[in-house]
Amino acid sequence: MTLAEQAATFDCRQAFAEELTALARVDDRIVAVCNDSVGSSNLVGFRQEFPDRLVNVGIAEQDLVGVAAGLANAGRIPFVCAAAPFLTGRALEQIKADVAYSRAHVVLCGQSPGMAYGELGPTHHSIEDLSWMRAVANLDVIVPADPDQTRAAVRWAAASGRPVYMRIPRFKVPVVTPPDAPFARGRAIRLVDGDDVTVIAIGSLISRALDAAARLRGEGIGVRVLNMPFVDPLDTAAVLAAARQTRGIVTAEEATTSGGLGAAVASTVVTAHPVPMRILGVPRVFAPTGDTAFLLDHFGLSADGIVAAVRDLLGSGDGHG
Amino acid sequence: MLSADPAAAAEYRAVSARIRAADPESTAAGLRDISQGVRRSIVRMIDRAGMGHIGGDLSVTDILVTCFWGVLSLDPQRPAWTGRDRFILSKGHCAAALYSTLAHSGFFHVDELATFMAPMSALNGHPNKNEVPGVETNTGALGHGFPVATGCAIAAQLGGETWRTVVVLGDGEMQEGSNWEAAMTASHYGLSSLTAVVDRNRLQQGARTEETKRLEPFADKWRSFGWEVRDVDGHDHVALLQALAPSSAGDPVVVIANTIKGKGVSFMEDRVEWHHKVPTREQVELALAELAA
Repeated sequence: MTLAEQAATFDCRQAFAEELTALARVDDRIVAVCNDSVGSSNLVGFRQEFPDRLVNVGIAEQDLVGVAAGLANAGRIPFVCAAAPFLTGRALEQIKADVAYSRAHVVLCGQSPGMAYGELGPTHHSIEDLSWMRAVANLDVIVPADPDQTRAAVRWAAASGRPVYMRIPRFKVPVVTPPDAPFARGRAIRLVDGDDVTVIAIGSLISRALDAAARLRGEGIGVRVLNMPFVDPLDTAAVLAAARQTRGIVTAEEATTSGGLGAAVASTVVTAHPVPMRILGVPRVFAPTGDTAFLLDHFGLSADGIVAAVRDLLGSGDGHG
Repeated sequence: MLSADPAAAAEYRAVSARIRAADPESTAAGLRDISQGVRRSIVRMIDRAGMGHIGGDLSVTDILVTCFWGVLSLDPQRPAWTGRDRFILSKGHCAAALYSTLAHSGFFHVDELATFMAPMSALNGHPNKNEVPGVETNTGALGHGFPVATGCAIAAQLGGETWRTVVVLGDGEMQEGSNWEAAMTASHYGLSSLTAVVDRNRLQQGARTEETKRLEPFADKWRSFGWEVRDVDGHDHVALLQALAPSSAGDPVVVIANTIKGKGVSFMEDRVEWHHKVPTREQVELALAELAA
C-alpha cells in the first residue's frame, strides 16, 4: 500500500482546532473570527470553551477580514477561519489593504483548500489562493503537510506578529513530517535524499511525492524530496541547492500552475541557476465533477504523475543527462 | 514613521481642554478657528502637490476638528497608547484633511504637510498607519474602514474597555456592500461604543449620490439596520458635539452630518467638478482669502 493510500490519514482541521483551543487557554489575546463557519472550521469546542472569543460575523467575508484587522488593532490575535475560496477570493482587497499593507497581525486560515470540496465544483475550489496570496506583499503563505505541521504552523503564526495566510487541509493525508522536523519561517524540510532529480511538494502532494520517490528508487533514480511549508517566503537556498546538486526540479501542488509553488520555484531557479523543471498542478481550467482523489489523479497530481514527470525530465534531453 | 511635535501636542492638549470646558458659544468659535486653519493647510497642500480631493477634504473638516478637539481621547505623543479612542477615516481619499488635522494636533510637525504626495513622503495620497502616527488602518479603497472600526469596537467590548471608536464615512462610499455588512455586525453585537459619521455632502466623483445610486431614505436604512440615527448640520460644531455624545440606548450611533462639498470656498461649494480638481494660482489665493475671513 502506498503512503497516499494508508489507512491512518487525517483531516487537519481537527489538529488545527485543538491547537488553537490549547493556545487560547494560555493566551487570552487569541480569538477566532468566522463567517458562519463554526462547524466547517471545527470550532464547536472552541466556542464551548470561549464563547465570547468566537466572533461570528455571518456570511460576510469582507466584514470578516476587516473585523479581524480591527481586533488586531486592539491587541487581539485573530485567527480568521473560513472556507479558503471565499476567504481569499471574496476578501482579497481586505487581505491586501487591511491586513498585509496595514501590517495587522491577523492569521488567515483557509479551510478546506485546493479541491477538498471536490464534487461541489469550482465555486468551492480554492486553487487560485496561492497565486493570489503570493501576489500580496508582506504576507507569509503557509501550506501545512499534515496534522503535526498544521499544529506547528498555528503555534508559529500566533507568535509571529505578522500577517499570515495558511491553508488548513480537509482532504485526509497521512503523517509525513518526521517527529523532530523543525518548523521555521522560510525553511524547507528535506524528507528524502537523492542526487538525480528534486521533487518539491506541498500539502496533499507530499505523500504522493514520497511514493513516487520510493518507486523511482527501485529503478535506480535518486529523488530528493523537499517539503516546502512556506510558499512565501520561499526557501531559496534549498531551491538553489537542488538546482545545483540535481539535474532538474519537479514541483507538485494542489493549486493552479499560474502562480503558486511552481511559479515561485521557477522564478528563483531561472534567475540564479536555470535547470529543467516540470510544474505539476491544475492547469488554467475549471475542474470537472469528481471527488478530491479523482480530481488529483485527473490532473496528474499522483505518484504516477510525479513519476512520469521525473522520467520525462530525465529523458527529454534537457536534464543534462 | 513620523514623530510627534511636542510643542504642538502641548498646545493641542491645552486648547482641547479649554474647548471641552467652555460654553457652547465659545466652543463653536474655538472649533471654527481651528477648522479654518486646517482648511487653509489643505488648500496649500493640494496647491503644492498639484493633486488631491479638495471638495471632500473641505466637507469633512468640521467633522474631523470636532472629533479631535472636542470628543476623542488621544495623546499625540503616545499615538499607540492602548486606552486611546480609535479614529478611522474610511474615506481615505480625504487624506489631506486627516493629515492637516493630525499635524495641527501635534501628531507630527506641520512642516511635513509640505511633502504631501511628494516622492518618498510619509504622506501618501491615502493614509498609511505605518508611516503616519494617528492613522489606525490603511484606507483608500472604499468600504474598508467601517469593518475595521467594528472589529475595534468588538475588541473593546470583549475586554470590557471604555474607549470609543469613531469611523468617518463618505456618503458615496455607502454604496459599497461591505459597509452594510459592518452595519449588521455592529448592531448584532450591540456595539454602543461605535459611532459612524457619514459626511453627507450628496456628491460623489461623477455626479450627485441620488443620481448615481440613490441612498435615500438614508436615515431609515440605518434605523432598519438597528442603529440610532442623529441627523445634523455637519458644519455646526456644537450640533456635531452633541451628536457625537455616547449612545444612550445601547445601540451603535450614526451621525448623518449634512455637509457641503467644498465648504468654505464659494466657487467650490456643492460643485461636482471640485471632487479632485486642482485650483489655479489665482483660485488658491482667493480660497485662502475666503478661509481667512
